Amino acid sequence: MNQTFVIQLNNVEKTFGTQKILRGVNLSIPEGKTTVIVGGSGQGKSVIIKHILGLVQPDSGSILINGKDINNVKKKELKEIRSQFGVLFQNAALFDSMTVFDNVALPLRERTRMTEKEIRDIVNDKLALMDIVGSNDKYPAQISGGMKKRVGLARALVLNPKIIFFDEPTTGLDVAKSNEIYRVFFRSHAKLGYTAVIVSHDFPRILKLADYVALLHNGVIQDMLTPEAFQLSNNPVIKDYVKETMGTLYSSESMEA
Amino acid sequence: MLGFLEKLGEITLYYVRQAGRMGIFLFFCILSIFKPPYKFSPVIKQIYIIGSLSIFVIFFTGAFTGMVLGLQGYNTLRKFGAEGLLGSAVALSLIRELGPVLAALMVTGRAGSAICAEIGVMRISEQIDALDCMAIDPHKYIMAPKFVAGVISMPLLTAIFNVVGIFGGYVIGVGLLGANRGDFFASISSNLEFSDIYMGLVKSICFGLLIIWISSAKGYFIHLERGGSFGAEGVSKVTTSAVVLSSVLILVFDYFITSVLL
Repeated sequence: MNQTFVIQLNNVEKTFGTQKILRGVNLSIPEGKTTVIVGGSGQGKSVIIKHILGLVQPDSGSILINGKDINNVKKKELKEIRSQFGVLFQNAALFDSMTVFDNVALPLRERTRMTEKEIRDIVNDKLALMDIVGSNDKYPAQISGGMKKRVGLARALVLNPKIIFFDEPTTGLDVAKSNEIYRVFFRSHAKLGYTAVIVSHDFPRILKLADYVALLHNGVIQDMLTPEAFQLSNNPVIKDYVKETMGTLYSSESMEA
Repeated sequence: MLGFLEKLGEITLYYVRQAGRMGIFLFFCILSIFKPPYKFSPVIKQIYIIGSLSIFVIFFTGAFTGMVLGLQGYNTLRKFGAEGLLGSAVALSLIRELGPVLAALMVTGRAGSAICAEIGVMRISEQIDALDCMAIDPHKYIMAPKFVAGVISMPLLTAIFNVVGIFGGYVIGVGLLGANRGDFFASISSNLEFSDIYMGLVKSICFGLLIIWISSAKGYFIHLERGGSFGAEGVSKVTTSAVVLSSVLILVFDYFITSVLL
């Protein structure tokens, strides 16, 4: 991979209580591409994202964002690093006492000096990109799960960040709603060209979006490969994962087995 | 024995860490108040929530506190033939002590609990993490308006409590029990000094800060509570502990402020 890496995790270890979740995670995220981290539930995929966001500190190892160690920077620098981020949380993390419009407008109101008219134009534009029209005055409790995720994505995109994190973007959604999320993701990524890090266990459907797939198993990244190479990998852990989630790829394999 | 000592050490360390966390939290909240940009509308909104919405409860508790002071005071002072001092007895008890303390306890129950629950829910539903990730400082965005509103609202609520209380004492003492109206007000104006009002003011400002500090810090650090605090039960647990801790600290600080200012 001849790429520029915007995020690098070096030997990251983390223990919660007596449970060692990450046992030396090494991962490099290439710029402008979509990297999907897959793995079973409870393997620590979301913990990796929280480390990258600086919400959780590792017990050992380092996390570099554009070469800067996120745990060794001043508060002001951390703020600057985070200003390049957009995050779609697992439960969307919308501000439940604010309307859909105010949720998406919040980063603009707090981080820029735009006028209300400019803010309104940008927010409406982003909401339209997410296929959300006519729900500006609704509260998060009044909209569906899929719509919440799309509002969350609109909020994540509103400041045109360079790196966007998606924590389980389709969890809890049915197939149609998941496809809807994938569609808006695909459209926004094609239009805005950001670096995307997606944590998901929606395998193999998530492969449609991925440029690279990394498997987290037993607290380490087993490998990071293109979707095709991932499915054909000889790494026994990846092979088992692919087999478990997709079934055997070719009939000859099952016959041999 | 070793197990007991280990447990004791663990609990002690937890509380030392919590005190440290809350101290640093207070520092950052106060610091963020002075950082630009200065937005007034969130402060006005919080003054409405903490202050205006508490007026009703303050009015009633103030009235009945004053009335009971009038009743008890009149019957006690009459034994010494000093009913004429009823006004100053009611006013001084309220302005120096009962007004700030009772108003603060009422605000703790009404607004403190709401603040703690609101911030606790924001924490467990990742809304605070979302703010952090958007490079928006939660201290500045959520806490600073509440701190300013608390410090502004509390003295005003205390003033309402005192005025209503004195009037309640007047209604019972003069209206019902027959104390002299002139003596009632004359004793207030001759015995009440600026230092009494100053003491009440200092107390109410300190209590306002204390209530907002404890309530918001408890909610903010809900995920670090001892033994874990999660979901709806976690929020209810942490809200109860915020109200209890605020109430106890109000009484503790009341003693210390009185001993310093007397």
